[in-house]
Parts: sequence; structure tokens; C-alpha cells
Amino acid sequence: MPEKMLELNDITMQFGGVVAVNNLSMYIGKGEIVALIGPNGAGKTTAFNCVTGVYKPSNGQVKYQGQVIVSNHPAGKMKALYAGENRDRYPHVVDPTPDKITRMGIARTFQNIRLFKTQTVFENVLIATHLHRTSNPISAAFRLNWREEQKMRELSLEMLDFVGLSAMKDELATSLPYGKQRRLEIARALATRPKLLLLDEPAAGMNPQETADLAQFIVEIKERFNLTIFLIEHHMDLVMDISERIYVIDFGKLIAHGEPHEVQDNPDVITAYLGVEDI
Amino acid sequence: MNTKKRGLVIGLILLALLFAGLYILENTISSSTMLITILKKGVIYALIAVSMNLLNGFTGLFSLGQAGFMLIGAYTYAILTIPVNMRGMIYQYYDGGIVQFALPAIIGILCAGLLAAFFAFLVGLPVLRLKSDYLAIATLGFAEIIRAIIQYEGLGPLTNGSNLLRRFPTFQSVLYPFAAAAICIGAILLLINSTYGRAFKAIRDDEVAAEAMGINLFFHKQLSFVVSSFFAGIGGALLAMYQGSIQVATFKSAMTYEILLIVVIGGMGSVTGSVIASFLFVASSEWWLRFLDNEMFIGTFQVPLLRSGFRMVVFSVIIMAVVLFYRRGIMGDKEFSLTRVRNRLLNRKAGRNA
Amino acid sequence: MNGFERLFPYLLAGVSVGGQYALIAIGYTMVYGILRLINFAHGDIFTVAGFFMVYMSATMPLVVSIPLTIILTVLLGFTVERVAYKPLREAPRMSIMISAIGVSYLLQNLMWYVTGGLAKQYPVLPWLSNSVTILSATTKIVTIVTPLLTVALVLLLLQLINHTKTGMAMRAVSRDFETAKLMGIKIDRVISISFIIGSFLAAAGSLLYFTNYPTVTPTVGAMPGLKAFVAAVFGGIGSIPGAVVGAFLIGISENLIKAFGYSTFSDAFTFALLIVILLVRPTGLFGEKTIDKV
Repeated sequence: MPEKMLELNDITMQFGGVVAVNNLSMYIGKGEIVALIGPNGAGKTTAFNCVTGVYKPSNGQVKYQGQVIVSNHPAGKMKALYAGENRDRYPHVVDPTPDKITRMGIARTFQNIRLFKTQTVFENVLIATHLHRTSNPISAAFRLNWREEQKMRELSLEMLDFVGLSAMKDELATSLPYGKQRRLEIARALATRPKLLLLDEPAAGMNPQETADLAQFIVEIKERFNLTIFLIEHHMDLVMDISERIYVIDFGKLIAHGEPHEVQDNPDVITAYLGVEDI
Repeated sequence: MNTKKRGLVIGLILLALLFAGLYILENTISSSTMLITILKKGVIYALIAVSMNLLNGFTGLFSLGQAGFMLIGAYTYAILTIPVNMRGMIYQYYDGGIVQFALPAIIGILCAGLLAAFFAFLVGLPVLRLKSDYLAIATLGFAEIIRAIIQYEGLGPLTNGSNLLRRFPTFQSVLYPFAAAAICIGAILLLINSTYGRAFKAIRDDEVAAEAMGINLFFHKQLSFVVSSFFAGIGGALLAMYQGSIQVATFKSAMTYEILLIVVIGGMGSVTGSVIASFLFVASSEWWLRFLDNEMFIGTFQVPLLRSGFRMVVFSVIIMAVVLFYRRGIMGDKEFSLTRVRNRLLNRKAGRNA
Repeated sequence: MNGFERLFPYLLAGVSVGGQYALIAIGYTMVYGILRLINFAHGDIFTVAGFFMVYMSATMPLVVSIPLTIILTVLLGFTVERVAYKPLREAPRMSIMISAIGVSYLLQNLMWYVTGGLAKQYPVLPWLSNSVTILSATTKIVTIVTPLLTVALVLLLLQLINHTKTGMAMRAVSRDFETAKLMGIKIDRVISISFIIGSFLAAAGSLLYFTNYPTVTPTVGAMPGLKAFVAAVFGGIGSIPGAVVGAFLIGISENLIKAFGYSTFSDAFTFALLIVILLVRPTGLFGEKTIDKV
């Protein structure tokens, strides 16, 4: 059994009266490609956000490479809503900001592409190299960090080259066609030198050919950069094609888990997706 | 790399030419002419506008506290540099005042910046975690609190309460503020073009994405806030030197609004824009539109509307027009670049020949 | 004179000015609730209302000048929204706030120009300006009328908001702008009505305020405006009862501070309150927390 890269234990996220994620437990082994799928609004992105520190989960724990990186338990009024041993299982509170998570080696892309709109393609990637800087503002301002700066630029160019966007490096990021913008976002995430990459619906809005290309691309970057990949998708083809294991959630709850063919034939999964067009 | 180095060299040469030009100008015309006044005041406003642009335009933090930090800078400078033999007279209501030494002007200016930066750091601790609209109102609030504190009679021995502070060292030559501003604006430009400046712009464009790329929001916002306020403090000190006397009432929030409007007119996110707009602003309000304030007669017919105060009305209307129709300002978010000018000229030529 | 008797006139003044702040604060909170805009120009509209009255009453009887002042102020608020805010509705948030600052700047400069820089005296309104003595404190009738009138107007407004179609539309827009638009609510109308109501209340507030403090200068509205805004933030921006509570709190507190001899800090109190509320509970007393979706 490969080392567990990421572990979610009883992750629950509640917004007021809505329980978006309900006691989700799952894990991803080192070097695996694991997908989390489910119909729209099932809570997938919310789960991502709990892992990356954007949301503080109402209850539960996230472990990365064996260490607890996020942990919380219900407090005050909320306590009454949580029954059972789950409630007191995670007494410590660990609440990092997203940048801390990224610096640990977990990078992500966004469902609704969030590029830096006023920046060029190259600059978008370059910004993602900032987190590994060792210079302070004064030495950076007076260019005493020129060696570091050069390395940052080289890394950015390398990433752009890898995703095939070198030619348009000085174009405004928003002038790129949609598919290329997604690649840019991935290049940007890669520039943070992650060990675990979280992809949020990377195939959204793509046609079958583009999706197939993307599938191949994801496998390539996994090999090339020695990554573990955690994928959220809605698009069945991509998921079935490259995932080693799949978790299915609906209404925030885990309803199935297994290898692609097992999940595909699972009656609960089919019911959950019934009526929803697979685009 | 080559074009950048060339740009830098050209920039430095232009700067040297500018200083030479100013030197000649100063020695040919009297120092009390409008032109010299505008150059002095304009360049000080330019520094302040650039410092505000760093915070608002480059980092996207809508802060309205500039006047407060300028005030701290001005007062720090004045308090530390008034010659000891003058203190008895100036602090007459407070037995000569608490501070009984005088530092050289340069040290005074530096302290002005440092103290403003320090207070910015303190203010930033609670305030920078707030959402943009709340940040605006909180910084405005702090500026007012600072004003109230400095005016407080109990601090009179230090600040002279609501009385004027004057007789501190001032500058004669227009080269002085230009040199100070050039150094400061240069430093700001260096920061903006460094990796930290890129982080600022990332925060401005999309905070959530910036954080996801490993940029610590609080640290970088504090950095921008503190640096911006440092230079606002220096600007305040220079303003004190320019005016010759200072009093708390000058640094009302109206001043922050004026600087903000200058930044908007020049283009949020453009240093050259802020510099240009500052000079335009000062020239218009002090000089070009002055005629609108004077009654004008054509024969025996008095031209309506023209009397004292009309200048500012016209001015405000122009500003509103810019805000509504030219939102990107004069320079948008671009800096002045000779290559761009050259390309545009070349394109025109190509168009004509085609 | 015992402690209470010494404090009483200050309390009265506090309740009175609190009511005036409340009338202004409602304008801020309504506009922010709907447009997410801090209408920096609102305080200046309040001041302009004062000047309208000064100039109107110099040439017309009060019976005409009072309603005319109110109508003109409402017209001004409506026009400002149409000209300076509506075109920027799709623009980034900062742009519209900068526009508000620009309008404030313009209005102040206009007032300086028209008045020639001289302070004007507000006309004496009969009956409101008459003196009355309560519990050995002598004050003007307006001090008693203000809080009563304020409460009456607020109750009326709450009726409008909670029990009319228009009010429901306003609540919908303030809850979710985009969806309300998609549901066919006439956004322009809702926004205009908010500004009209806000300006109306500001005009009413100015009638009361300047009867108490009859010197009118172009910058006289800046402080009350800012304080009213802080009141709105304190009460929960978007909540009308909250704004009213906040306004009375500020009015009473600042007068009590004066009673204890620290007048220089009475203005600063407002800002200290602002900082505290922003740190402890930014959504205010009755405000709602909103979660940003990522």
C-alpha cells in the first residue's frame, strides 16, 4: 500500500442550515490519480476548499503526508447538532491560511478559472514562483536577489514550455482561448512546485477531443513532476479514463467508492446521476 | 534584458537632463513665479500620489488614510527640527515645549517616514483583515482619530496643540524636493518591479488566487501599507517644508480625496500617470484655472459665473467627467515607454504608406 | 444641582442630535444595502438641503420654502444617482466609490462658490425654535420633537419596507442584486426610490439639525454625515433599525463625553466606536454574515 498522501477524516462543512459536506472520509495514496465525482452541488468544491484552507471545516481533519494540517470540531451551539463520537474525535483546532497549505506542497486550480486578469501569460506563472523566495523586500527591490529572480524566470519559462504556451507568453492572460487558459492555470499551479495537485473540474466546457488531450496531459504531468493528483470532475470520460480510484458523493455524503468499473455499475451512483445529462 | 537596460539608461539620462533644466530655470527666473511654485508643489504631490497608488492602484487596497500619515510625517519633521532657540516662542503656550533639541533636516525627514510607517503598521494589524469598503471607512476613521489626538491640548507640549508649528528648516531650491521625490519614487518603482511588486498586483487582481499560489495576504498587505505610509510621511514632511508652517487643519480627509482623485485621473496602477496627473492638478488648481476666479468685464458687461470659487467648480466637474467617462485615467495601468511611442509612430507611418 | 440634573441637558441634546443622525444614517444604510455603495455624497446632500432652506426662506414664506426644500433635496439625490452612480453599476466597486467622493467634492466646491465662503444663518422656524423648560433644563422644542419625529418616520418606513410590494422589491434587491434583476424586478426604480427616501429623510433631518445649530457652511455636514455613517455600520449596514439604534447611541455618548469635560474627544469617540465594531463584529449589531463562494 503506497503511503497515504492525503487523508480526509469525517470532514463536515456546514453553512448555517445547509450541510454541504457530510462526514466525508477518503484518502489518496502517493502517486495515485483519485477522482471525487458527483452531481452538481454535491459538495465537491467545498471539500477541496476544506483541504486548501479556504474554508474551516465544521468538523473533521485533513492529514497530509501523515501530518494533521487541518482540524476542527464543533463548538458552542453547533455542538448540539453533532451526535456520536465523531464530535469529539478531533479536539485540536488547526486552521491554516491557504498560502500555508500551498507552501506545504498542495496546489490547486479553480472551477471558474481565476487568472490574474491584468497580467500576461508569463507574469501569471511568474507570480506563482514567489512563494519560494528567500529574499526580503529591500534586497528584492535593490536587485540583490538577481540570481533568485533569474531562477524564477527560468522555472516559469520551463512550465510554459511544458504546457505549450511559450509562444504567447507576453499576451494578456485573458486573451487566450478557454482551453489554453485552463492549461495556463495548471502551469501556474505547477510553478509552485507541488507534490499534490488538486484539479477542480479541469475539463469543464471542453469537447470530447479536448477532454482526451487533457487526460493525456494530466498523466504526463503526473509522471514528469512526480505528482499525486486529486481530481474533481463532472465529466465522466475524463474520470473513467485516468482515475485509479473514484469516490462518489451526493448531497455531501459519500455514496460509493472503488475502481472505475465498480463505480460505473453501482446502482446508487446511477440513481444520483439519473436525469443529469453527461455533457 | 537588453531593452530593459537601455530603458534604464535612457531614463537616467532624462532624469539628469531634467535636473539640469531645473537648475537653469531656477537661476534665470525669479523663485516666486508661478512656474517654480507649481514645480515644487507638484513634485511633492507626485510623491504622495505615487505612494497612494502603490497601495490603492497596485495592491488594490482601498485606503483613505493617507492624510493621517502625511500629518504624522509633517509633525514629526517639524517637532524634531525646529531650532532650539525658536522653541520658546513657538511653543509659547506650553513653556517652550517638551522637545529641546533639533535634528538636521535630512534626519527629520527620515524620522517622519519611519514614524508614519510605524503607525501604519499598528493601524494595519486590525484594519487590513477587513473587506474593501470597510477598509476604506476604517482607514478614514483612523486618520480622523490621529487628527484628534495631535490636536489634543494635553499633548500641547509636544505638538503645540491646535497652534501652528513653524520656523523649521525649509528648502529654497526646487532641486531639493525634486531630488527627494526622485529618490523615493525610484525606490517605489524598484519595489513594484520586484517579485514583491508582482505579489501586490496578484493580490489586486484576485486575492483568492494569490493566496492559493502561496502568497500570504496579511504580510503583503502590511508591507504595501507600511511602505506606502513611509513615503506618505516623507511627503508630509516635504509639504511642511514647502509651506513653511503647518497646522492640523490642513490634513483633513479632503486632502486624501484630492490625492485619490489625482491617482484616478493619472490611472490606477501607473506611476507615470500619477506623476503627470499631480502636475496637471497643481497647475490647474493654482494657475491655469485661476482666471475663472476673477471677475471679467467685456466692456461694461460682466461675464456671469466668473467669480471666486468658480475655478474649483469647473475643476470638480472635469474630475467627475474623468471618473465617469475616462475611468482608466490618462495612462490606464501602463507606464510611459519610449518603445510604445515609437511603435505607435511606426504603425502610423506604415498605415500611410500601405 | 445633582448629577442627573447636570447631565440632563446633555442627555436631551444627545437624544435630539441622535435622532438627526438617525435620519441621515438611514439614507446611508439603505443605499449600501442595495448598491453596496458608501454614498460619500450623502452628508453633502444634507448640507445642501440646509442651504436650500437658507436661500428659499429669504425670498419665500416658510409655508412654501419648507416643502420646496424637501422637493429640491429629493430631486438632487435622485439626479446624483442617475448621473454619477447609475453609469458605473457594472464597474468595479472602487470606481463607484470614487465617483461618490467626486460628487462630494463637487458639491462642496459648488457650495463654496455659491455662498462666497461666508457662513449663512439658518432661518428661525416658528414653534420649533421656541424655548421650553423641562426639569430645570431649558432647551428648544425641536429637541423634543426630533426623537419623536424620527421614530414616527422610521416606523412609517418600516411599514413600507415590510408590508408593501415596493418594500419587498427593495428587500429582494438588497439580498441578491443579480437574482432580483433576473426575476424581473425593476432595479432602476428600486434604486431611485431608495435614494428618494434617503434624501427625503436627510432633508427632514436638516430642518431639525439646523434649527439647533443654525450656522451653515459647506463643510458643516461632513461630521454629522460621517457619524451617521458610523451609526449605520454599527447597527449593521443594510439594517434600518440598527442604523437608528447606532445613531442614538452616538448622539447620546458624544454629548455625555462633553458633559464630562472631554469635548475634544467627542468626535473621536465616533471613530473609536467604528474601529471597535469593525474589529469585533464587522457586520454590525443586526447585520448578516455573508459567505463568499470560491
